[in-house]
Amino acid sequence: MRGGFSTLLYKEVLRFWKVAAQTVAAPVLTALLYLLIFSHVLEGHVKIHGIAYTAFLIPGLVIMSVLQNAFANSSSSLIQSKVTGNIVFVLLPPISYLEFFAAYVLASVVRGVVVGSGVLLATVWFAPLGFAEPWWIVIFAVLGGSILGSLGVIAGIWAEKFDQLAAFQNFLIMPLTFLSGVFYSVHSLPPFWQQLSHWNPIFYMIDGFRHGFFGVSDASPWLSLAVVGSCFAVLTVFTLNLLKSGYKLRD
Amino acid sequence: MSPAIRIEQVSKRFGSVHALDAVDLEVQPGEFFGLLGPNGAGKTTLISALAGLVRPDAGRLRVMNHDVQADYRAARRQLGVVPQELVFDPFFSVRESLQIQSGYFGIADNDTWIDEILENLGLTSKANVNMRMLSGGMKRRVLVAQALVHRPPVIVLDEPTAGVDVELRQTLWAFIRRLNQAGHTVVLTTHYLEEAEMLCNRIAMLKAGRIVALDTTHNLLRRFSTHSLRLRVEGSIPTELLRGATESGGWWSLPFDAFGEVEPILARLRGADCRITDLEVGKPDLEEVFVRVMQGSLQGQG
Repeated sequence: MRGGFSTLLYKEVLRFWKVAAQTVAAPVLTALLYLLIFSHVLEGHVKIHGIAYTAFLIPGLVIMSVLQNAFANSSSSLIQSKVTGNIVFVLLPPISYLEFFAAYVLASVVRGVVVGSGVLLATVWFAPLGFAEPWWIVIFAVLGGSILGSLGVIAGIWAEKFDQLAAFQNFLIMPLTFLSGVFYSVHSLPPFWQQLSHWNPIFYMIDGFRHGFFGVSDASPWLSLAVVGSCFAVLTVFTLNLLKSGYKLRD
Repeated sequence: MSPAIRIEQVSKRFGSVHALDAVDLEVQPGEFFGLLGPNGAGKTTLISALAGLVRPDAGRLRVMNHDVQADYRAARRQLGVVPQELVFDPFFSVRESLQIQSGYFGIADNDTWIDEILENLGLTSKANVNMRMLSGGMKRRVLVAQALVHRPPVIVLDEPTAGVDVELRQTLWAFIRRLNQAGHTVVLTTHYLEEAEMLCNRIAMLKAGRIVALDTTHNLLRRFSTHSLRLRVEGSIPTELLRGATESGGWWSLPFDAFGEVEPILARLRGADCRITDLEVGKPDLEEVFVRVMQGSLQGQG
């Protein structure tokens, strides 16, 4: 542990790892249950892009877990530290707002990727999966995790109580991740909803991630990369300014 | 030599409340400095501004000549703060908490110093215990330890002994005194005035965001408090002795400045056939100074 950034990253990773049953095993089990139920109901009835439904669903569940857990990591860590008051331990040392941001977001990516890998490991046995263009898998897992990790930082700083954070999670993050093509191809939607989905950045994370497995997707992976990359750039600038202003952290 | 702490014209409002109102203060290196005042006087706000937790509306604060805003990295390395709230991170053991805190300050291998702090604060046997399992007093010790991991030349303790047992107070003050003797500057806020009187060589009193008294402890005691002869008597005390005297619960309190005055007072009482049934000598104390300063009966800047 040499500096503020690496120590804060280490501490954030250690924090979720110490309660891995809750932060890693539980979401893996949830994803596995989704797989069992949906594949039981839909396998043999539905094919998407010529891919059997269970195979189509697995990457969707993996990236959904990455995104939800990345958000959960930074947001729950920050709200807990604020409510219990131990946030002073990171506010008193010479840690810059850039180090603060990078450490919380990267720890979120680590949590997301660990859970995502767990989901993949638990579900990969249920259907034959290709790894057609694996670099897209990595790129969209990391970028998607970073975006949700940044949103988690914003939500964790903004929320003053646990129920405010829960509202953010239940009414924004959950619907967005569920309605972005985890369980279906947006091409199967009525035109209006199809159009709407193309304004949802999370759709591009999932679509690009899935492209890595099958080499086919609703949108071009390059378009998805452009959308997701710009999203992350905008969020980074916004979050850094929020942290620099001291909003709700240093009044 | 530049001051350890320099606070210039610092103001801070929270809504309509003037938490700090143009505060000026300097603390010299090696001082043991007391910051006293009733709840809500602005002590914690001042400390928070010094630590960069609160941004002042106006004015500048420097720690060891580093501006706490413009040069915050250097300023925070020079400063160790023990916060007033009993906070802890429930995920980690005592040693992990201290190692992590060291890392935040860029110190990689700090175990020798951590062991020394643990030993001095009576925490050695708790080193590998999770923070959740510790009693309030033990958590308080860890807070002190966390503030010291980076060997800050300036140590600020915000009511470190609130709700703490006698043993910890003694352990804590012995350790802090040693650090002070080794050259660390110490700033202390406390509601235990006898503690401040015993430890601090200089004291500032805050009231409603303003400094209303600032002097050496010795001078404050001399200027705002006196010795007094406390008496129970049968008969009446001659009126010429009653100047400045007070009575409560049958005890008369007659102020005097020097012990040479005591015998003449007693002689006069004897001459007036006033029989003493009980007698005590009251020494000047900070509590009296505090009460008088807070009542605004005396203004002192020195």
